[in-house]
Amino acid sequence: MTWLLEKINGGLVRVFLILVGLFWLVPTIGLLASSLRSPEDMSASGWWKVFTKPSQLTFDSYRKLLENGDITHSLWNTVLITVPATVLVVVIGSLAGYAFAWMEFPGRDWWFLGVVSLLVVPVQVALIPIAELFGRIGLFGSTLGVILFHTGFGLPFAVFLLRNFFAEIPRELLEAARLDGAGELRLFARVVMPLGGPAIASLGIFQFLWVWNDMLVALVFTKSGTQPITVALQTQVRQFGNNIDVLAPGAFISMVIPLAVFFAFQRQFVSGVMAGAVK
Amino acid sequence: MASAATAAGAPPGPAAPRGRKSVTGTRRTVAALFLLPALVLLGALVVYPIGYSVIRSFYGASGDGFAGVDNYRTLFTDDGIRTALKNNVIWVVFAPTVSTALGLVFAVLTERVRWGTAFKLVVFMPMAISMLAAGIIFRLVYDQDPHKGVANAVWVGVHDTFAQSSAFPRAHPGRESPLVAQNGGFVTRATVRPGQPVALPLVGVAPDQMPDGARKAVAARPEPGKITGTTWQDFTRGKGVGRLGAPDPSELGYAGMRIEAVKDGTVVASTTAAGDGTFTLPASAAGAHLRLPASNFREPYNGVEWLGPALVTPAVIGAYVWMWAGFAMVLIAAGLAGVPRELLEAARVDGATEWQVFRKVTVPLLAPVLAVVTVTLMINVLKVFDLVYIIAPGSSQDDADVLALELYRKGFAENQPGVASAIAVLLLVLVIPVMAFNIRRLRREGRR
Repeated sequence: MTWLLEKINGGLVRVFLILVGLFWLVPTIGLLASSLRSPEDMSASGWWKVFTKPSQLTFDSYRKLLENGDITHSLWNTVLITVPATVLVVVIGSLAGYAFAWMEFPGRDWWFLGVVSLLVVPVQVALIPIAELFGRIGLFGSTLGVILFHTGFGLPFAVFLLRNFFAEIPRELLEAARLDGAGELRLFARVVMPLGGPAIASLGIFQFLWVWNDMLVALVFTKSGTQPITVALQTQVRQFGNNIDVLAPGAFISMVIPLAVFFAFQRQFVSGVMAGAVK
Repeated sequence: MASAATAAGAPPGPAAPRGRKSVTGTRRTVAALFLLPALVLLGALVVYPIGYSVIRSFYGASGDGFAGVDNYRTLFTDDGIRTALKNNVIWVVFAPTVSTALGLVFAVLTERVRWGTAFKLVVFMPMAISMLAAGIIFRLVYDQDPHKGVANAVWVGVHDTFAQSSAFPRAHPGRESPLVAQNGGFVTRATVRPGQPVALPLVGVAPDQMPDGARKAVAARPEPGKITGTTWQDFTRGKGVGRLGAPDPSELGYAGMRIEAVKDGTVVASTTAAGDGTFTLPASAAGAHLRLPASNFREPYNGVEWLGPALVTPAVIGAYVWMWAGFAMVLIAAGLAGVPRELLEAARVDGATEWQVFRKVTVPLLAPVLAVVTVTLMINVLKVFDLVYIIAPGSSQDDADVLALELYRKGFAENQPGVASAIAVLLLVLVIPVMAFNIRRLRREGRR
């Protein structure tokens, strides 16, 4: 009897999880299907009709989108913002993380606590002050300004994560390198950075996704020539319904890179998420 | 209370900073050089704005007149900000708890199936995409038209399964009809007698709106002691084709039309028409007028207005849960992996049901992780901007307002940086407890 009950229970669990899984997939499938239909078909019927009429499938929306200079330019802007903002956070965060983990200076622990306390500061707090600051020093609207902003707000997490990871490096390794005559920079570049690989990977992926997916910061600090894909698409949302042939493929293209990163580096992403549960 | 990091097992927790000597006998200038870039950027981009916001919040719109606490008073008098505050309470109460509860259920259940990892991947995936993309995805999901928005398509489907939806909007009597309009429905001019088939023709239903079950209309055969008849679409394209008032081969029956026999205002018998439009009523209907009640002709049920003023906030929270339940699930699953199996087994051996094991053993053991996840999501929820901005259409954006969005509006659209700074300070005050919690946790770990 219990055996039978367990069997039924197991079956129910499976059915439930399959339903939930479908429920989670359907919205994304809807976007993909919508992006592969013509605007005429979209205004006539729901995207699910594409499954009964596969002849509706068309790449026209994508072709038109990639011929649209504004969109391709904004995609390029996203890259121009994301890559430097990620590299800067990794490099600057590593330097500071290493100093906090292995160097002696007065008030070290207090400085570190100060950095950690900045983990939860909402970006919104900085929008108005930094907009005003950038306006004064001529960074408003520039790519560099957005990069700096993302770097600043990525640093608390970077320092927190890397300092904790670097602190676990065995002391003997560092001492041995020092005895071999390695200077501080050499030690950092040849020993600490390679050993910190896993944490640096987590951080890099996290920061990359955060910056790539950001809309708010770019909405405030970019202007028409420097705006990334999220802002370019956002301006289209106001006429939602008439331009689904831009929005659906545009949103999907903007998702491709994050999804590829996500699937390629799941493990690092997950450990980054866990370390960053406080952010 | 364990940190998420230690609860999850990665990355390794911090070693005690005290007592660890510098390996290298570093000079202070070198340490300063290593720290300088980070401290300069943090100071200029994170610390300075905090101070600036606090000061700016006491000054008026233009920035040169001291305004005292006027901006803070505005927080409680401005309609937009009050709506935002109210919605933020709803967000903070529901979004984190629903996400965490779902994450817990998913984490526990996925342990029992072999394809648990695939499931987790599916639920976790939305975390990798932008809130903008998620917003566009859910604008599509919540489309009002049930023929386009999947949420309403499902909702209307379920609704129509349980509540008969009227199939014949805009049907009406044609020329020389035996029917007259009455209270939104139609009723026969004459009374009916057994053995004399009744014709109830109407026109005006668009061909693509005819019910799927409709077949060729057939003239009803007389049956002794019973009332029989046909109700159908008495309209044939082209002139001179078919006869008026009698079913022709090209005409369709009103499948599912409800017919009532009415005597002196009370319904004595009722039935629905078959696919070919024919129907039969018992002898008790003799001498009655036949009525096609109004329920046959109402506009079809159009689903829920998800993005209307009443439901827009729950709808956007739904999109948020879609994005973040995976985060809760992954953290909780990691915590679950650290729960000793023997404890669960012991409870089962003692005769506890699965539900009791879950309720009395698993959940209490996971309490620290659940707390960290919920608190993290609460902070995250305070910052929600993109989802509301994208999903709520212009007409209901005021009703969906949240603090983060209101700050953006006041600061950049309405040119009220003083009020916006006050909102920023409010947001900051709301996260201070968590800031303190993080610091305490770290210092305790440092002492160990």
